[in-house]
Amino acid sequence: MIAELGNYCLILALAVAGAQSYFSLLGAHRQDAAFMSVSRPMVMAQLVLVTMAFLLLVNLFLQNDFSVLYVASNSNSELPTMYRVAAVWGAHEGSLVLWMLIQSLWMAAVAIRSRNLPPGFSSRVLGVLGLLSIGFLLFILLTSNPFDRLFPPAMDGRDLNPLLQDPALAIHPPLLYTGYVGFSVAFAFAIAALLQGKLDQRWARWTRPWTTAAWMFLTIGIALGSWWAYYELGWGGWWMWDPVENASFMPWLVGTALIHSLAVTEKRGTFKSWTLLLAICAFSLSLLGTFLVRSGVLVSVHSFASDPARGAFILAFLVVVVGSSLVLYAMRAGSLESSAGFKLVSRETALLVNNILLVIAAILILIGTLYPLFLDAFNLPSISVGEPYYLYSFLLCTLPLVVLMGVGQHLPWKRVDGAKVLPRLRIPLIVALVLGLLVSLVGYGGGSVLSVVGVVTAFWVMATALLDPVTRLVSGNLKGITRGHWGMILAHLGVGVFVLGATVVSAYDVDQDLALGRGETVDLAGHTFMFQGVQPVEGPNYSAIEGTLLISEGIEPVARLTPQKRTYRVQQSPMTESSIDSTFMRDIYVALGDPLGGGKWSMRLQFKPLVFLLWLGSLLMFLGGMIAITDKRYRVASATAKQPTASGEEAVASAS
Amino acid sequence: MTPRRQRMLFVALIVMGVGTATAFGIKAFQENLEYFYSPSDILAQELPEDRTIRLGGMVEEGSIDRATGSLKVNFVVTDFAKRIAVEYEGVLPDLFTDGQGVVAIGKMNGETFTADKILAKHDESYMPPEVTEALDKAKGGKEY
Repeated sequence: MIAELGNYCLILALAVAGAQSYFSLLGAHRQDAAFMSVSRPMVMAQLVLVTMAFLLLVNLFLQNDFSVLYVASNSNSELPTMYRVAAVWGAHEGSLVLWMLIQSLWMAAVAIRSRNLPPGFSSRVLGVLGLLSIGFLLFILLTSNPFDRLFPPAMDGRDLNPLLQDPALAIHPPLLYTGYVGFSVAFAFAIAALLQGKLDQRWARWTRPWTTAAWMFLTIGIALGSWWAYYELGWGGWWMWDPVENASFMPWLVGTALIHSLAVTEKRGTFKSWTLLLAICAFSLSLLGTFLVRSGVLVSVHSFASDPARGAFILAFLVVVVGSSLVLYAMRAGSLESSAGFKLVSRETALLVNNILLVIAAILILIGTLYPLFLDAFNLPSISVGEPYYLYSFLLCTLPLVVLMGVGQHLPWKRVDGAKVLPRLRIPLIVALVLGLLVSLVGYGGGSVLSVVGVVTAFWVMATALLDPVTRLVSGNLKGITRGHWGMILAHLGVGVFVLGATVVSAYDVDQDLALGRGETVDLAGHTFMFQGVQPVEGPNYSAIEGTLLISEGIEPVARLTPQKRTYRVQQSPMTESSIDSTFMRDIYVALGDPLGGGKWSMRLQFKPLVFLLWLGSLLMFLGGMIAITDKRYRVASATAKQPTASGEEAVASAS
Repeated sequence: MTPRRQRMLFVALIVMGVGTATAFGIKAFQENLEYFYSPSDILAQELPEDRTIRLGGMVEEGSIDRATGSLKVNFVVTDFAKRIAVEYEGVLPDLFTDGQGVVAIGKMNGETFTADKILAKHDESYMPPEVTEALDKAKGGKEY
């Protein structure tokens, strides 16, 4: 009964989404207030229906209703309650319902926050979002319905994939989807601007907080995924350039470019068509990511049982969305551009270069991800693109990017007075060189040229990010920094912190596979590891063999680590559960392998310096975004949107 | 500088930047492609000299042999038509066992394949698609 009710909710939501887009778009086109007034209640109705469907699905999991195919395939009566809830989005069908729920939440947020926007515009935005809803609801109902029954019902479920039974996984997909789906708002704003054929600086001011919000969720979602892969996949890597990781990283890169190009559009009224194109691309790449992950063309932990119908549907949806928006773009974008000149050395140029580098990085990753698939589709030899390609091409773009970042953020708009800016940057340059060389050469004892350059660059980014607040602190006046500016400082600082962590952990980690017997010790990175043997351990739905290692530095005991080799009872699959001792300066990471005979066990011991900075840097970027969207001028913007008077312009002037 | 010349300089800079990046990108791309081979493929053709490749197939039943107490392991990868001996030293992935699909990344070293990295499947019902294809090909190969 509950399953049927859930199904019914989804069908009703589809009807509501249809009505929402029809009345909103037609109403905006005809300037019909009665039609347009329908869109907001429809959005709310859709939110209620989708939320109900979602909660009903959660309920099915909590009740262990194994007469529902999706529940029987992904849960088990022994599964702990928390993971029964997380299992809702542990596989394809349910993750789409979650996607839809998040889409409805974004739509409702837009509906509430856009009351002050011109009705024709907000109506078009909601109409476009309604169209996307239709696409996703049809996808769920036609190809991936989580409420399908199983007859006869299963006695017990097949359990959730053991890899996914983890706290970080419980929140990784929701955050990632919030980011993905959030770009649909920027996309809808872009399409609405193209539909009405008018785009001014106010448009950019409305779009910016939404884009930043989507970007910050995507940032933290990717970081959580990376953290999860780091400790759960068992082997201590934090980024593998796996196609699925790439699928989430490409929209992030383009989204980052979009944030920066929106800044130019808002402050200077240029880059308009470029901004629109980026908004379309960011969302299209989110859809492409979904296609790659869900269609089964890629194989990884993320891609669930492949079904050609699903792939075909998403591909068709992708073609319709991308095709129609690009056609619209080609027809309208030309008439939007306005010319406002800027000098060769100016913030505009810096942001242009930023955009080009970010987009090239995204394109190079796209090529590496798609090329093997193309070969495969045409039955040519199977290949894989190795990690070095990604590293190389990514560094090629990001190294100049982060170097220029330090300069660009201090350049004024429109022109530069070189005599003013360059001396200011002398201090951060010296700080970066001194700290960078000290840390890399003295602290970590040298390494390759690239790693020294990486460390120096990281300090350069941090020092330049902190230049403004420090200068003002010295002169005793911190008040002049707006929230938008603080957001930028924090996010840029986060990039520097991240680069430092990534460089140091890649260049100076120590990693060794070993065979150890009980009572044997080994020295690694200044620490002594003593293996104390293994004993059996029982978990709620698994049995495990647990090894114990005592780690000491000199005679000082540091940690006791207990890595496990688990066997989950239902799926009978073995899994490595690593054990980590984390401090700010380093992680000690231990994973247990197999018995080798003669009382010895294989294990991997790793010493990972500054790996914590990867997560800290991502968190700073997230917080930077959060502070930026609370900037006053976005509130001012929505209050004065109806009469674009001088006050709106003043807000821009004072913020810049 | 006139606005026109400035614009030209702009365009020139962008073209140069994009061009350099593309050139380096293509070079890195070509150097880092890893081709996939089944045991039959390896024995049927000349391999590119000193190049990392992926070898895929099934771990032959009963072929896993490791010296007691050592990380060194030898096993045989088969596509049920041809067999290749593989040597590896290190911790093996969780789902590496007899009769399962496997992809080994490394180089041919005379008659044996020296693997730097072993990939096994993610769950018990999954088989790397390249392996499935290679096995199908090897089976079909007997007919023509």
